[in-house]
Amino acid sequence: MPKLKIPKSSPSIDMTPMVDLAFLLVTFFMLAASFRASEPVTVNTPSSISDKFIPENVIMVTIDQEGRVFFNLSGTEARREMLTSMMGKYKMSLSEEQIEKFTFMSTFGCTMQELPSYIDTGADDRITFQTKGIQVDSTKTNELYDWISYAGVAALNSAKTAFEEAKLKGENPVADDFKPKFILRVDSKTKYQKAEDVINVFRELNLNNLNFITSSELAPIN
Amino acid sequence: MAEIAEGGGGGHGKGKKRAKKSSTRVDMTPMVDLAFLLLTFFVLTSTFSKPKMLPLAYPAKVEETEKQKGPKMNNGITFLLSEDRIFYYQGEYYNKDHRDKDGSVTELKEVDFGTGEKSVRKLLGKLNNYVLVKKQGLDEKLKRKELNDSTYLKKLDALRVKREALKVLIKTDEEALCKNFIDLVDELKIAEIGVIAPVDITPGELQLMKEKLKK
Repeated sequence: MPKLKIPKSSPSIDMTPMVDLAFLLVTFFMLAASFRASEPVTVNTPSSISDKFIPENVIMVTIDQEGRVFFNLSGTEARREMLTSMMGKYKMSLSEEQIEKFTFMSTFGCTMQELPSYIDTGADDRITFQTKGIQVDSTKTNELYDWISYAGVAALNSAKTAFEEAKLKGENPVADDFKPKFILRVDSKTKYQKAEDVINVFRELNLNNLNFITSSELAPIN
Repeated sequence: MAEIAEGGGGGHGKGKKRAKKSSTRVDMTPMVDLAFLLLTFFVLTSTFSKPKMLPLAYPAKVEETEKQKGPKMNNGITFLLSEDRIFYYQGEYYNKDHRDKDGSVTELKEVDFGTGEKSVRKLLGKLNNYVLVKKQGLDEKLKRKELNDSTYLKKLDALRVKREALKVLIKTDEEALCKNFIDLVDELKIAEIGVIAPVDITPGELQLMKEKLKK
């Protein structure tokens, strides 16, 4: 009987395809990922079936679980304009460095008095910054009212510039696409009454078309 | 890594110096390790679902002096929210001093956010049937290309605010959570309701809801 011969195979496997795939995936995830700026609050938004994307020009008010109010405006130019108007109104002076820092900040939440020390706090330490958030009450002279009204003016100006730029490029822009959107970001566990206080400030300014940020959810199939 | 040729140390023989043959293969293990590390990092940290926004138009503020009796509700329903519960009544609000034609007063009924018999979705599907059926007709037409997108949207908007369409008021007490509010608005959008108005709760309604909550 001839001996059964087992073919000798090398114990090392060719890993080239696997490594190729690994690099392909790494490249994909690196390019697809976009990094978010660190936020001073964590908010778990409720979900809805809405499929509207958030545009670039936004004025966003965040309300966390305890009802603290935070504010955000997109665009560095608009932020600078808003801050300058606010400084004029509250007779405050900030150093050029502080203004620069503010324009690159994301969401912020503090009273006007706390603002300088809030700006000087590092981005990672803002989470623990002791504050009650932006002051809101039913009077017409609350700080949120001023922030929103100045932000509205600044955002409209930046919308105009963006519109003109698009026009110069020979595109066919629709002016409405550039208009700022007013967005509320609320936590699932926020009391609705807290949100209503903020909504009333918007309504006081005659801004009635609001948007809520939600995470997406599948629409029911009929 | 590529091997580094050892320095020609010592006099080994007197023959010609021969360049050492080094393998052309480079050890790629560290690089591949790093690649997988990065891969794991990106897979774990990236989130793909971008947040979306849910539009909601609030009624414009009216001056106190203009505020009179609320508008007559035609084919309306009022939702009342508290904590994680949701109640509703149809038509106008009637109490002991102001009874309906047949002498009845408003009673609250409770619903939930599920998909069962007592859910908001079922209720709205029934009450807003007129719009939902018509919308299906429009959808069919759109599919058969008898309508273009812009006229479809225009017709849909007009349909949603028709006389026969259901109109909704949302009222909340101080314990209501945002999650419930958004969930309700979401249900209303699913049911193609065009008129959604979040308004202030009246003391009478608050009282009714408190009684219900106790049970």
